[in-house]
Amino acid sequence: MSTRPQPTGTAPVVVTANQGPSAARKAVNYLVLIVLAVFFIAPILYMFIGSLKPADKVLNGLAGFIPESLSLDNYAGVFARFNSEATGYFYNFYLTSLIVSVVIVIGGLVVNSMAAYAFARLRWRGRDAVMLAVILLVIVPFEAIAVPLFYLLNGSRNTYYVQFIPFVANALSIYLFYTFFVGLPKQLDEAARVDGAGPWRTFLYIIVPMSKPVFASVTILTFLSSWGSFLWPVMMTDQPRYRPLPLEISVFQGQPPTDWGQIFAFGVMFVLPLLIVFLVFQRWFVQSVASSGLKG
Amino acid sequence: MSTVKTINRDAESAEVGAGRPRRDTRSALVMIAPAIIGLVAFVIVPFIAAGYLSLFNVRANSSRPPVWFGLEQYHRILTDPTFYRGLLNNFIFAAVVVPVQTLLALGLALLLNQSLRFMSVFRTFFFMPVVFPMALVAVIWKLIFSRDDLGMLNAFLHAISFGHIPPIDWLGSTTTALLSIIILSIWQGVGFQMIIILAGLQGISKSLYEAAQIDTANRWQQFLNITVPGLRNTLIFVVMVTTIFAFRLFDQVYILTQGGPQNATTTVMYQAVTSAFTENNVGRGAAITVVFFVIVLTITVVQRRLLREDREVA
Repeated sequence: MSTRPQPTGTAPVVVTANQGPSAARKAVNYLVLIVLAVFFIAPILYMFIGSLKPADKVLNGLAGFIPESLSLDNYAGVFARFNSEATGYFYNFYLTSLIVSVVIVIGGLVVNSMAAYAFARLRWRGRDAVMLAVILLVIVPFEAIAVPLFYLLNGSRNTYYVQFIPFVANALSIYLFYTFFVGLPKQLDEAARVDGAGPWRTFLYIIVPMSKPVFASVTILTFLSSWGSFLWPVMMTDQPRYRPLPLEISVFQGQPPTDWGQIFAFGVMFVLPLLIVFLVFQRWFVQSVASSGLKG
Repeated sequence: MSTVKTINRDAESAEVGAGRPRRDTRSALVMIAPAIIGLVAFVIVPFIAAGYLSLFNVRANSSRPPVWFGLEQYHRILTDPTFYRGLLNNFIFAAVVVPVQTLLALGLALLLNQSLRFMSVFRTFFFMPVVFPMALVAVIWKLIFSRDDLGMLNAFLHAISFGHIPPIDWLGSTTTALLSIIILSIWQGVGFQMIIILAGLQGISKSLYEAAQIDTANRWQQFLNITVPGLRNTLIFVVMVTTIFAFRLFDQVYILTQGGPQNATTTVMYQAVTSAFTENNVGRGAAITVVFFVIVLTITVVQRRLLREDREVA
């Protein structure tokens, strides 16, 4: 990048003069964006509309998009269908997903941020070697250890804890916290130390309050993956009581009689909390995804 | 690992009281203990166990002890046409999804990176599928791919071709099943890459484009000489993540096709899980897992090398 010009001397006038694309260009851009947006939104819209329609009007060609004879019957139907020990109660699936995701997210924030702080801002022997080991673990995908873990934890199938315990400590989360903590000015801890604060107080009262962006990023990335977790519950649960939502929807859609209206209603209830949180905290979602790509 | 060295140098400079060396060993050990215990118990131990178990004929929940098998599991896998079919499917999936998804994400990011109105609204639309769990995505698309003329995609193709495209059995035909899985995977995943590339675009200094405009470089020249080099590391990252994702392919296949029809959509991970879980052949599943990890490791090493070359050039 030796050819980079000095950014200072450029007059801002040049920028504004050349920025606006022509009207024709704009129109083409918008047209392309709208066509693409329709393709991206159509499946989501289809699910929402279908969840409000009678089953025989859902699988109905392009008419599947027409909102007709709308009702909440499918939602009531989902609750009616899951109302025994054999089928599991709808709240069971929700509760499982909620317990598992909340423990993974909250537990993970505590455990991984604490470790990252020790790696980034404390002096101790062996630190660099241990951190190197943690970074190497980032490249081990869960799929590479799922089978032996299934074997080792086989005695704990059909429990809540087996669904969250392997995922609390997370090398990628430690790495994300670490890169953020390393970037904070060192005068922060120095000042705290002069005031007599030890590592714990410095971490809790100085570092954590300054690190909201990275806590938000890790929360979002961890929650997205735990709420949608599928492979592990496939192997570790067969009782409806301990089935999380992603597994249950896959079981539901394969069970006759297939009622697509109800399946979509299930899907809406599955994704709606996530969708609302996404729309409210969109900026944080975008930032957390962007930050996950800023490594390497 | 040159990256680690630079990181540790950063840590050195961020350290407290560089003048008077003080160690916080005890606090540090307490702070890392829960994470390290978790990583050892649930990543390192199973990782080693994968290699170990792959040398045995072993079942879960069995009263019989594991039987030493040597390299027999690997021998069986590597002479099994079904395994190669899975590997081939992973490669086909990667060969289509990596370029298509990356280019689509790049295109979307470039479109959104203009100072036009409503860009954040469009960004929301393209990103929305990312928050959908794959299990739900698979279920929605199962209905879209429905084989008769009532299926959404068939009805759409019928309409835009004025009835010339007959209904296709998307998930049930060997020629279209993998393609169907590719389509829904791209739909769900492209928004993620788009955001990463968008962040990369915004990291390129505006002054470079201003200088290029003064030099009367056209848009295409600007794209080739400023945007592409500026995005190099971002694109390598995106390509690597997508490639590894292609080899992790499981959820969609398990829900939509169970590897069929005639193994047209079977994958390495699908076989690892069905071997271990459905057939209760943990040794075979573990051996497939080891092969899978070797593939992932190779991709990662290649990517690291590409990044390092870039550093030397710069």
